[in-house]
Amino acid sequence: MSDTPIYDIENLHLSFPDLAHKPLLGPALRVEILKGISLSIAKGDVVGIVGGSGSGKSTLGRAMIRLLEPDSGAIRFDGQDITHLDEDALRPLRRRFQMIFQDPMSSLNPRRTVGAIIAGPLRLQGVDRVSARVDQALDHVGLPRAFRTRYPHELSGGQRQRVGIARAIATEPDFILADEIVSGLDVSSQAQVLNLLEQLVQELGLTLAFISHDLSVIRRLCRHTLVLYRGEVVEYRETQALFDAPQAAYTRELLDAIPLPDLEQVWD
Amino acid sequence: MSFLTIENLSAHVGPSPILRDVSLSVEAGEVRGLVGESGAGKSMIGKAVLGTLPLAVQVTSGRILLDGEDLLAMRPRDRRRVIGAKAALIPQDPLTALNPSRRVGPQITNRLVDILGWTRQDAQMRALELLHEVSIPEPERVMRAYPHELSGGMRQRILIASAFAAEPRLIIADEPTTALDVTVQKQILKLIRQMQQRHGTALLFVTHDLGVVSKVCQSLTVLFGGLVLEDTRVEPFFAHPSHPYSAALLAATPKYTDPDASLTPVPDAVIEGVQAEIAAHDRMQPHV
Ligand SMILES: Nc1ncnc2c1ncn2[C@@H]1O[C@H](COP(=O)(O)OP(=O)(O)O)[C@@H](O)[C@H]1O
Ligand SMILES: Nc1ncnc2c1ncn2[C@@H]1O[C@H](COP(=O)(O)OP(=O)(O)O)[C@@H](O)[C@H]1O
Ligand SMILES: [Mg+2]
Ligand SMILES: [Mg+2]
Repeated sequence: MSDTPIYDIENLHLSFPDLAHKPLLGPALRVEILKGISLSIAKGDVVGIVGGSGSGKSTLGRAMIRLLEPDSGAIRFDGQDITHLDEDALRPLRRRFQMIFQDPMSSLNPRRTVGAIIAGPLRLQGVDRVSARVDQALDHVGLPRAFRTRYPHELSGGQRQRVGIARAIATEPDFILADEIVSGLDVSSQAQVLNLLEQLVQELGLTLAFISHDLSVIRRLCRHTLVLYRGEVVEYRETQALFDAPQAAYTRELLDAIPLPDLEQVWD
Repeated sequence: MSFLTIENLSAHVGPSPILRDVSLSVEAGEVRGLVGESGAGKSMIGKAVLGTLPLAVQVTSGRILLDGEDLLAMRPRDRRRVIGAKAALIPQDPLTALNPSRRVGPQITNRLVDILGWTRQDAQMRALELLHEVSIPEPERVMRAYPHELSGGMRQRILIASAFAAEPRLIIADEPTTALDVTVQKQILKLIRQMQQRHGTALLFVTHDLGVVSKVCQSLTVLFGGLVLEDTRVEPFFAHPSHPYSAALLAATPKYTDPDASLTPVPDAVIEGVQAEIAAHDRMQPHV
């Protein structure tokens, strides 16, 4: 494993056109969503990204895997500057970073079988032995191979999320972005998915960025934690240190707001 | 006497039972949690009480006593009047609960005017008073706003105000903070608790989150597959849950204060045990 970080992000700015306040003439003004974000992620790390809704977590994640193009700043993926690469130049890289979406039902095509869904990114990459790779991915996430012929609506929430994970790992990526993937699940399925991710990170040597609004989940899974507030990084440190002694007032506020299943917790 | 008593309530969709002899009660001034995984039947219990069950759902037996009156034995018109006067709902998603194309004010006052026969002026006064009570700044302006112009937390405050408007003695809150950020959730939970205490309301609080239960409830009912597994005060529950399924749910809930505890999904053996309880219950039923 080399010392080059898998991600090296410097002073990233990203804005969207402000369609809500579009002037009658001329182009819409732009709202800045990411306001100068810098961070570095080492290979094999698991980084939690936390913050309130609208703080820019998903936007940051989508910029990292270049589903969005930043206005300025730099994103280096394994040493290569990908900030402004066009789709042709990105294609060979797409295999190396994958994403698992929040809502497995709306992100999985309801008319395609589980097998076709998992094979999607493989075919896009022109990979050979697609069928064997699909079986292998199913094995990794603990779903029976027979699930290849099932449709998403025939699966439980937890099983759908496993399909999402299988699709993401099928291309043998270096990096996976998971955006709120356990938010809609019951605690039992959540525990299963978290344990599975933990195991896959180790077995496959993945680097994982895990977006979540649940600090208890992040504490459990992630080695480092980045706290985002209105498009800025307010704290980015080792998870344990951050939880033991949060430095930003906003991190403290987030921690104090968590309702623990515990009658002793002071919560006022 | 309990303000709400549900006795042996069963409901079916076609041949499939979705509520199995559910019994629970909520005292005046009490907060009872109704807990279970998705699909357990939590919302159906709330809907049965409020008379808003989907058409496909048939109540097949049991009684629902609201302030001593047997709701299921009443004529529909009387039932609607009693429920409208004595019970109210705080829904899960404040955005879908509010009509996006209408201003907030009438959405609060119409219920008072249409169901309870208040004058428009009285209803208007009451709404402003309540928006003030739930700490909404500039209530007059907010009454004229459209739902999308307000934040999620603000919308939920409006629905809380609206639920308390007619001084109901029972409120059913169905996952009222699931859609909110954790910092906003804390404010809203504290507000609900405060309002409930000040008004002495009986509160049935539907949630899947045991953390939330420990913050707002005094007692709880654990449900699985429409069957009540445990009915208890919170103190013994969090110290030693008596049902294996309850214990398993607690073990599956991560706590940032206890990061090294292994996160155990509800074990298959526990689920099989619960399914056996359900099967045993169903065998005792006369065929419907
Ligand atoms: N495609 C887009 N066009 C315009 N605004 C957007 C777009 N995507 C996100 N936003 C805005 O950017 C902000 C941050 O959004 P997001 O990154 O999704 O936040 P989070 O994931 O932290 O909840 C929000 O205010 C959102 O409305
Ligand atoms: N409109 C409906 N018609 C038929 N069955 C329904 C309907 N809504 C929910 N159900 C079924 O009723 C059961 C209980 O649902 P619900 O009370 O919504 O669960 P919970 O609120 O605990 O998640 C589920 O099995 C669900 O599939
Ligand atoms: Mg997001
Ligand atoms: Mg529900």
